Amino acid sequence: MTTTVWILVLPLLAFLVNGLFSTFYPRPWSHRIATAAVLAALALSLGMVAGLLTHPGSTPFLYGDLYTWIGAGTFAVTVGVQVDPLTAMMLVVVTGISSAVHVYSTGYMANDPGYRRFFTFLSLFTFSMLLLVLANNFLLLYVGWELVGVCSYYLIGFWYEKRSAADAGKKAFVVNRVGDFGFGLGVFLIWVTFGTLDYHQVFARAGEVAGQNIALLGMEVPTLTLICLLLFVGAMGKSAQFPLHVWLPDAMEGPTPVSALIHAATMVTAGVYMVARCAALFDLAPVAADTVAVVGGFTALFAASIGLVQNDIKRVLAYSTVSQLGYMFLAAGLGAYGVAAFHLMTHAFFKGLLFLCSGAVIHSVEHGFHAAGVHADPQDMRNMGGLRTQMPVTYRTFVVGALAIAGIPPLAGFCSKDLILERAFAHGDRLGLVLWGGGALAALMTAFYMFRLIFMTFHGRARYPAEAAPKIHESPVSMTRPLVVLALFSCVAGLVGWPELLGGPSVVHLGGGILPFLSPAFGHGQAGHAHELAAAVAWALMGLSVAVGVVGIAIAFALYVVRPEAAVALGRRFPMVHGVLLNKYFVDELYDLCLVRSIKRLADLLHRGFDVFVIDGIVNGTAILLRDLGALLRPLQTGRVNNYATAMVTGVVVLAVVALATWL
Amino acid sequence: MALPILSIVTFLPLVGAVAILLGVRRDNAAAARHVAFATSVVTFLASLPLATRFDRTRAAMQFVEKQAWIPSLGVDYHVGIDGISLLLILLTTLLSMLALLSTWTAVTRHVKEFMIAMLVLETSMIGVFIALDFFLFYLFWEAMLVPMYLLIGVWGGERRVYAAVKFFLYTLAGSVLMLVAILVLYVAAGHTFDIQTITHLVPTYAPAMQGWIFAALFVAFAVKVPMFPFHTWLPDAHTEAPTAGSVILAGVLLKMGTYGFLRFAIPMCPAALPRFLPMIMVLSGIAIVYGALMALAQKDLKKLVAYSSVSHMGYITLGLFALNQQAMEGGILQMINHGISTGALFLLVGILYERRHTRLISEFGGLTRVMPIYAVFFSIFTMSSIGLPGLNGFVGEFLTLVGVFHSPFRMFAVVGAFGIILGAGYMLWMFQRVMFNKLDNPKNFALVDMNVREFVVLAPLVVLAVWIGVYPDPFLAILHPTVNHLIAQAPVSVASIGVLP
Repeated sequence: MTTTVWILVLPLLAFLVNGLFSTFYPRPWSHRIATAAVLAALALSLGMVAGLLTHPGSTPFLYGDLYTWIGAGTFAVTVGVQVDPLTAMMLVVVTGISSAVHVYSTGYMANDPGYRRFFTFLSLFTFSMLLLVLANNFLLLYVGWELVGVCSYYLIGFWYEKRSAADAGKKAFVVNRVGDFGFGLGVFLIWVTFGTLDYHQVFARAGEVAGQNIALLGMEVPTLTLICLLLFVGAMGKSAQFPLHVWLPDAMEGPTPVSALIHAATMVTAGVYMVARCAALFDLAPVAADTVAVVGGFTALFAASIGLVQNDIKRVLAYSTVSQLGYMFLAAGLGAYGVAAFHLMTHAFFKGLLFLCSGAVIHSVEHGFHAAGVHADPQDMRNMGGLRTQMPVTYRTFVVGALAIAGIPPLAGFCSKDLILERAFAHGDRLGLVLWGGGALAALMTAFYMFRLIFMTFHGRARYPAEAAPKIHESPVSMTRPLVVLALFSCVAGLVGWPELLGGPSVVHLGGGILPFLSPAFGHGQAGHAHELAAAVAWALMGLSVAVGVVGIAIAFALYVVRPEAAVALGRRFPMVHGVLLNKYFVDELYDLCLVRSIKRLADLLHRGFDVFVIDGIVNGTAILLRDLGALLRPLQTGRVNNYATAMVTGVVVLAVVALATWL
Repeated sequence: MALPILSIVTFLPLVGAVAILLGVRRDNAAAARHVAFATSVVTFLASLPLATRFDRTRAAMQFVEKQAWIPSLGVDYHVGIDGISLLLILLTTLLSMLALLSTWTAVTRHVKEFMIAMLVLETSMIGVFIALDFFLFYLFWEAMLVPMYLLIGVWGGERRVYAAVKFFLYTLAGSVLMLVAILVLYVAAGHTFDIQTITHLVPTYAPAMQGWIFAALFVAFAVKVPMFPFHTWLPDAHTEAPTAGSVILAGVLLKMGTYGFLRFAIPMCPAALPRFLPMIMVLSGIAIVYGALMALAQKDLKKLVAYSSVSHMGYITLGLFALNQQAMEGGILQMINHGISTGALFLLVGILYERRHTRLISEFGGLTRVMPIYAVFFSIFTMSSIGLPGLNGFVGEFLTLVGVFHSPFRMFAVVGAFGIILGAGYMLWMFQRVMFNKLDNPKNFALVDMNVREFVVLAPLVVLAVWIGVYPDPFLAILHPTVNHLIAQAPVSVASIGVLP
């Protein structure tokens, strides 16, 4: 219990100290304090996992309330924590990636005037994210949920003087609020249904509620289905699932370490975590679970297709994140919560790595362009090319990350993505097959756009002015070291879920691996409702998923290395398709037109036409009428308030007395 | 006999006002400021024992003082407080003190008169919250109008006279209805103004009469809240009022309306209440969405905050009339929270106005660069206003909505939750246009960040916002028995409610 509290308190303390006093001590101390806190939290989190491994089967490992937060009548919510295997895994992911990002940021943000502010918010974010995964009830989860959102808001808008950054922060917050609208109602409904918001009590009693219905717009809806759907709306906002995905690509306006930590590895996975956490509810709400799988599968494909043609290096990665989150929901929706969590973990490592690599590229290119006086977008891959000679470490680690996400064995992404596709296929119905097909197609696209990115950035000839070339060089050690560490994890993290076909995790002396480790958190056998696949089928599936990755890389190689002009020609050949993809299916434009502008126009119209004209018109009209009547009846009009007041009071009092006299 | 703490707290400001009136020369602005501020500090300190000595287990009125005053009319000097009035009194003494400190350099004309008006206002506000006699209540209620009218009309902006007259007439029209109701109650109860006696008697009256009494009281208080569609005086009054006036207006005066609902309208007329509930819920729902949309359309900072108040007060009325423990406690806590957050927002706008003499949003932009400390405070209260967990607004808002969701008016919780999206929209858009983007207006290049005095004014509000956000129990504990008692007085069964939406 004490350890858990320290995991939370250390980053919070770092936030408070830096937030209140950082102007009083030298700059390096702000990163020292912040980094020390998160490293300590990482050490404690690793201790948690070790503890769980040596005492298996004890769920929850730790559970305790600190104090009653809000109590009114029968409503009571505590501030309390719990650690089960799922939480323990999240703790390690969050503190691990956060530590890497802290170290990396000392280099990346070294010359930024907002250095202290940056580390202050990193600490607050780390605290909030840890609170989110440690909470033992829905409302405290919601607190973490909102706090990570607000950190995201301030960090996206970190360079607040840039209009686009400020816009992006606001957009992220408001779109998330749309999701929270659903989440909030879900929490209300949980309380009304269960009379508590405590995880254990809710999950334990889910079975009793399974048969209940609730009236909604004249229809009878199963209560649990409605609860799960509402919660999932929240997850769609936080984890950027279609149609609430629009904020995440824009969020790339923030500093790249933030994109890696918040908008790739940790915060955006909160929705997946929440769905996995509520496994007990989703298991009993098949319609909601199928919705999760379908939305996830669709988003995986939808976002991957957009990623095919983007030219901004971070936007490619952003759509890739949206797509990968879709995979996680696909798995969770099919009941494979452990697999979803496993992919969440591997993704955190390789996507965190990819973002930090892209940050290193941008950092160097920007620096080079600036030094050479070149005015070009340092994030546009069309302004790059051939960087592998200048940035060898970044290049190699970037390739490791790309191979991992493309699902090439034996890297991390292979293990988790293969499991997801296998589970979809094994689901045994049409839905499973469709999702499997969509997932495989998205995997092909993933391999293609990742290697398109690699080839455009690091291969071929330089497409920037020659004078910038000598100014572009490898990043400082503070930045490359975290890259190497994350690359290492991107290689080995998958081993904890090594495919059973190839011997399973025990081959590499990891016992049962991650899936049995996590399964107590979901309250049932890990398999979900999967059918056993014949070995031949399983081999074929695995072969296919590897082949898909290889083919994707090959196409990228053909189009961007062998014949670079072919890619452009392809775009010209199909201008419609290219345009629609490049413009992200015009979803932003649609929202802007239908929602943002319409609401603002409605507000303006209501204000001028109704509030000022009608309501205030009636108010002022009444006043003028009374005044003019007064003028007619009595020439004593003075225009002084006291006279009006006296007259009104007297009049009404007389009327009242008369009325009373007649009545009584 | 125990020390009459309530009377002391109530009349201390008046004593200060008289002292300034008699003892300070007209041209001695500094002396007037010092005496007024010192008085408000002493009053605040004197009000603290109310909290520490308050018995949190009892619903009955405490610190009661009763003295015959005008026996021939049955008027008593009868005062006392329950949990609701306790919190509102503490809010009043705190905000009055901070508002006075905020005027240090902002008010330069007729300083002596200004300070007197502020102190008289403070006495009358506290008086409203302690009165247990209708005559006394009405006296304090009307007494509030005059200093507020003067604050707007004398120390206000360009259209101050229009705004002041509108404020005065509008609220007076409401009060007159209340006066009629009071007189009817007085006669019907056999010539007594005693609120507790009357509250016990009214439920025995004919439903029709209860209906009329409720209607009259409702309009009187709805104007004050203000509920849609009685709200148009508010943006004008706020825009024209000096900063301190806006703080008090938003922080305390609007709560007079909801306090009235709690003290009179809800407990008195159980037969009438169910018939009015659907209408009240609809008006509250409209206020939430409509106020938010209006805020979205504003170009003036104060008007934006004023319309956001309409929206926020909508949540409060929604909560109070949902008539269950969660919603009511949430609503009452939200009354305090709104006083803290909106009061702070008006103080913040005042800081800008004092420097730039404009409140147009378009005049600003990128201020974070020149005013970083200001930016921190501004962002905290922006977040408090849009209900960020960990700050005060969330606790009240959540309790309110979860309670409403649990009531027969479930759909209005959905409306309320929808309003939260709009709330984030208009507040963050405003924040961006003022604090973010490029610092491109040359007039803002040399803006000075907050000084120590301004820091001292706002810091206590931050502490309170975090305190209520993280550990609201001490505040809620004060409310439990009082609200329990209230709900027992207003037994509304689902079946008796007129029209279910």
